[in-house]
Amino acid sequence: MDEKSVSGYSGSVDPDEEFSLQPAKKKGLFGRFDFPSVNDVLGWTVIPVLMIIVVMLVYSQMLLPIEPGSMEANMMGSWEVGFGSVLDAAVEHLRLILISTGLAIAVAVPAGILITRQGFRDFSGLILGVANIGQSVPSIAILAVAMGFLGIGAKTAIFALWLYALLPIVRNTATGIEEVDPNIIEAATGMGMTNRQILLQIELPLAFPVMFAGMRTAAVINVGTAALGAFIGAGGFGTFIITGIPLSRERMILVGAILTAVLAVLMDWILGKVEDRLVAPTARA
Amino acid sequence: MIKFENVTKIYPRMSSPAVDDLSFTVPTGEICTIVGPSGCGKTTAMKLVNRLIEPTDGNIYLSDERGETRNVLEMDPIVLRRSIGYVIQQIGLFPHRTILENIGTVPQMLGWGEARIRRRAGELVEMMNMPLEFLDRYPHELSGGQRQRIGVARGVAVDPPVMLMDEPFGAVDPINRNILQNEFLRLQQEIKKTILFVTHDIDEAIKMGDRICILNVGGKLEQFDSPANILAHPANEFVEDFVGADRALKRLNLIRVDEVMDAHPPLLQATQSVEQAVGLMGEQGLRFMYVIDADRTLKGYARLKDLQGQTGWVDEFMEPAATAILLGTNLKDALSEMLVVDYANVCVVDTQNRVRGLVNTEMIHEAVVESSAAADEVGEA
Repeated sequence: MDEKSVSGYSGSVDPDEEFSLQPAKKKGLFGRFDFPSVNDVLGWTVIPVLMIIVVMLVYSQMLLPIEPGSMEANMMGSWEVGFGSVLDAAVEHLRLILISTGLAIAVAVPAGILITRQGFRDFSGLILGVANIGQSVPSIAILAVAMGFLGIGAKTAIFALWLYALLPIVRNTATGIEEVDPNIIEAATGMGMTNRQILLQIELPLAFPVMFAGMRTAAVINVGTAALGAFIGAGGFGTFIITGIPLSRERMILVGAILTAVLAVLMDWILGKVEDRLVAPTARA
Repeated sequence: MIKFENVTKIYPRMSSPAVDDLSFTVPTGEICTIVGPSGCGKTTAMKLVNRLIEPTDGNIYLSDERGETRNVLEMDPIVLRRSIGYVIQQIGLFPHRTILENIGTVPQMLGWGEARIRRRAGELVEMMNMPLEFLDRYPHELSGGQRQRIGVARGVAVDPPVMLMDEPFGAVDPINRNILQNEFLRLQQEIKKTILFVTHDIDEAIKMGDRICILNVGGKLEQFDSPANILAHPANEFVEDFVGADRALKRLNLIRVDEVMDAHPPLLQATQSVEQAVGLMGEQGLRFMYVIDADRTLKGYARLKDLQGQTGWVDEFMEPAATAILLGTNLKDALSEMLVVDYANVCVVDTQNRVRGLVNTEMIHEAVVESSAAADEVGEA
């Protein structure tokens, strides 16, 4: 017996070891609507700086002399330019956003789920098209049209903002569900899960991070759009801007603009934190 | 038992069938591998069993351990699927659920209590040689091979008599795949499920299958037979080509090392004197011998040239053995291991590393020649 001879056999014993790699991540049907998140550093530095500027502006605005009976005083009416009116405007602004985004979630999530269901996929283009209207028509135009049948006031602004918030949420809900690995759905079906169980236990939990990103996007966009609500008497930070323009009060305009920006950044930051909390680390892997 | 009876599947708007008049029976407790080129409808055929796809024509019957036969088309698909173990290619573990929850998917739907699910999941995880701590981990914390094992564990969670496996080891690297295949074959000895196993790899089909069902493009059954018969007597040119020119070599997959090894090889005791050992080697005409201790545990090997002219005990001059082959290994794996370490002969050991025999390349060669000769005789008869 030779210690080291393997005569008669040569070459590899296992020539055809093909194996399939994980397929490339499937792209959703509807693309993805994401908002770049503002990181903590920005949150902790930019927001306080802007707030200090606002405080200084409001303070200096209060010291500006307003002649009684003048045009300025008439335009401002009983409206006091001070910290009290800033707080009122903030409450109004937030109310517009929360109500409109909340209603948008209530409608858009079911719609987004619906267009991923068998039999409704064919209509997904139609529904997304309708939702698109809110996005592609300028918001000021929507306000103008809505004013025609809803009149002026907060409810018109809420309607316009609601329309505006639909698309990102519908689209991200549908995309999130579409992006769930089809192998996981197949395994679930093959093990005898009902469609309802698959939706509630598999698809929605796995789609949640993408869905939440859509809601966050909608809320942040709405902060900016809500500033236009002041044109139709809905209140909010926009009031400072549209009052400041005819009066040529730059400081007043700045207060409105900066507060709107601060709220947008703050909203994105806080929702980002909420997202970190809600989205289990495992669902990201 | 899984029985296909004239099963045909034609997809809408397709002129040719995906599965064409398929009839075969998988006896209870056997693995039937379905193999064929892509587009042969092997996955479609499998999915007809749990009605993920509905057949256009024909019937499929399942029988449980009590021998009760049921036509799957007459069952509620949800109930049917919960009674069949299902393991797929990309595993399909739920990433947001722990291993416990993953394994517990079907038990939970069947209304098992929490304690019972945890007990069963623990049992399965241990059966797959994994620690109990894994139950509370998430799939992404496990390696590919471990996930694959969990996939199998999830498939057998409620102890279903019938299992469907779609390339279950397709997503792991060749080395791990080999380990998983061997583990699964050992497991099957215990659990004795009736399994339909889809693969595109003829080697895997030969290794895993008690029977092989070879399909051609268009879902046409070309041959349904035992691996040995398919290798020895391909029914037609297609099967011959598909099995490959190296089918003699593939027969190595079917022979176990226990069948060809020398069960009483000359061995040295670790406590033998060097003079005695040199004398023994001279007698046998050997240049090296394996060394064992009193309870036959493999210690290493000693070379004649290291022992010559020395005095003392064998274990002072021996080298540790780089490899040994586990009892029950097939010849293909055994030969592969021998080529890797470049040994012409290796010890066959049991799980306690006790030497049960010796195998060398000549024995393997003889076994292959004999088995082809035997197969040819059957063919001529």
